[in-house]
Amino acid sequence: MPILEIRNLFIEVEGKPILKGINLTVAEGETIILFGPNGVGKSSLFMAIMGFPKYKIKKGQIIFKGTDITHLPASDRARMGIGMSFQRPPSIKGIKLNGLSEIINSDKDNGDRIDYYSKMLKLDQHLKRDINLGFSGGEVKRSEIFQLLLQNPLLSLIDEPESGVDVENISILGKAIKRLLHKEDRLTKRRNSGIIITHTGLILNYLNADMGYMLIDGCLTCSGNAREIFELIQKQGYRECQNCLKKK
Amino acid sequence: MSELLKKEIKKRDRAKMLNVGFDVEEKQRSASYTLLNDQEIGPRTSSRAIELLSIGRALEKYPEFMKKFLWKLVKGNKDEYTQSVVNARPVGYFIRVKPGHKAILPLQSCFYIKAERFKQEVHNLIVMEEGSSLNVINGCASADYVNAGVHIGVTEIYIKKNAYLSYTMIHDWSEEVEVRPRTGIFVDDHATFVSNYISIKGSKITQSYPTCHLKGKDSSGVFNSLIYAPENSVYDIGARVILDGRDSRAEVVSRSISGGGQVIARGELIGNKKSIRAHLECSGMLLNNKGSITAIPILEAHHPEVDMSHEASVGKIAEEEIYYLMSRGISEEEAISLIVRGFLDTKILGLPPAIEKEVEKTINMLDHSF
Repeated sequence: MPILEIRNLFIEVEGKPILKGINLTVAEGETIILFGPNGVGKSSLFMAIMGFPKYKIKKGQIIFKGTDITHLPASDRARMGIGMSFQRPPSIKGIKLNGLSEIINSDKDNGDRIDYYSKMLKLDQHLKRDINLGFSGGEVKRSEIFQLLLQNPLLSLIDEPESGVDVENISILGKAIKRLLHKEDRLTKRRNSGIIITHTGLILNYLNADMGYMLIDGCLTCSGNAREIFELIQKQGYRECQNCLKKK
Repeated sequence: MSELLKKEIKKRDRAKMLNVGFDVEEKQRSASYTLLNDQEIGPRTSSRAIELLSIGRALEKYPEFMKKFLWKLVKGNKDEYTQSVVNARPVGYFIRVKPGHKAILPLQSCFYIKAERFKQEVHNLIVMEEGSSLNVINGCASADYVNAGVHIGVTEIYIKKNAYLSYTMIHDWSEEVEVRPRTGIFVDDHATFVSNYISIKGSKITQSYPTCHLKGKDSSGVFNSLIYAPENSVYDIGARVILDGRDSRAEVVSRSISGGGQVIARGELIGNKKSIRAHLECSGMLLNNKGSITAIPILEAHHPEVDMSHEASVGKIAEEEIYYLMSRGISEEEAISLIVRGFLDTKILGLPPAIEKEVEKTINMLDHSF
């Protein structure tokens, strides 16, 4: 049984159609990369899977672990095992990263996880600060992956983990995402799946993806080996993909 | 002392008093003053350096001294409310801290209405002698079995050179109670006044606009308020600070949430001397469309070398923040309550631990308000 199945999904944002008939299946333990030019709706697809009402589902279904979650609130989806690393998360005054971490970690029996993962992501000094308030680009990304590690979701939606991040931080993030997606485990033991949006492709230097997909004009137009698709984009740019789409 | 309070204060009223930080057991308190309707209990103090008397007793004991201080910072003919205090039999407290004495434990007071439609008229005077320091926690409340009433409190505060006073008020009134504090503060050289106002239960109307005169050089005045206005409540509150001393500093910070009530957050800074610094900050959050928040900041400069600023923001609770928390597995209600509690962060007040604990307890009660 696939962990995630998206069937003919149509999404509108403030009355404007964004996604037009997406079909996508993610298997257990699978990591896939989502490519596409800016503003095509990659993040919107994540928002819709996570369940944010601003991203209106006009048609289609989202099935998670065999259950139709199309109309469930985000908090239920998170509890079922979907997690998201935001590209630009809000900062929240008066709520400490530590406070939120404790809430996320409260259903796990091990309290040391906060200590362990915060050190892994060099965030132990940030725990007592308000969430994302005054965090640098790299700190925001590390905090997002840190929260996902605590959540340990079956499906991680990771939106541009390396944008605005320096080299040293990318290496920390790469290793942490590898851990999050069970990349160190044997294939048969791998449970956690992930969808990663990347522009720079740098994250591919740290982990192997099973599949790559191209999102253009609200449709998934092409799929294949993630590294090959990325090399193609680097060589030809997205324009070639759009031309290819027209021919189809 | 505790025995006296326990004898006079009925069990059913004690819990309510504890909600506003007044502890009948007097744990961690240096002195207590209680006013039940117009009946004064105590006042007594465990420290010789802190004089605490009822204002009536102080008038008998120090007639000349009192004449020098009373009705100077708040004028008796200011409005109908101050006038009614002029005409009433004087009740309230007189606090004087001896020069150089720095009290560690807070002084607590409670103004409590326990009779329907009672009109409580209070006159308080605080004199902080040179180099002294004190934390006061004022709990104001009405009994659960009271619906309507009036509380008028005139308070005059003198802070002499190098002295420090932090003055925290926690209010918990019934729905139909009218609350009209009238406060004037005088701050001398290098002295500091800090006011914290916390109210989350609402009342028919709470209207307060203290005036703080920063007369001394390098004096400072800070006014913080945390407010939650439930449906059918009105808060018209703020502070006016007149910066007359060279290098004096003022800060007025207001955080208010409307859960359906009306909030008018005022602030007025008047800069008259060289090198003064003053900042006004007002943030408001609306949880629904039944209520309203109006921010009225006023900055007035009379000297070219002043540094004055203000920031005001009013808006609904950020949906983006709610969904962010929901994506971590937190329910919508819990997410809202976390954001609201964070918005009314008690850490911004910089309170001494004993008072911080009480204020936090009050804010935690918000969880049951949605």
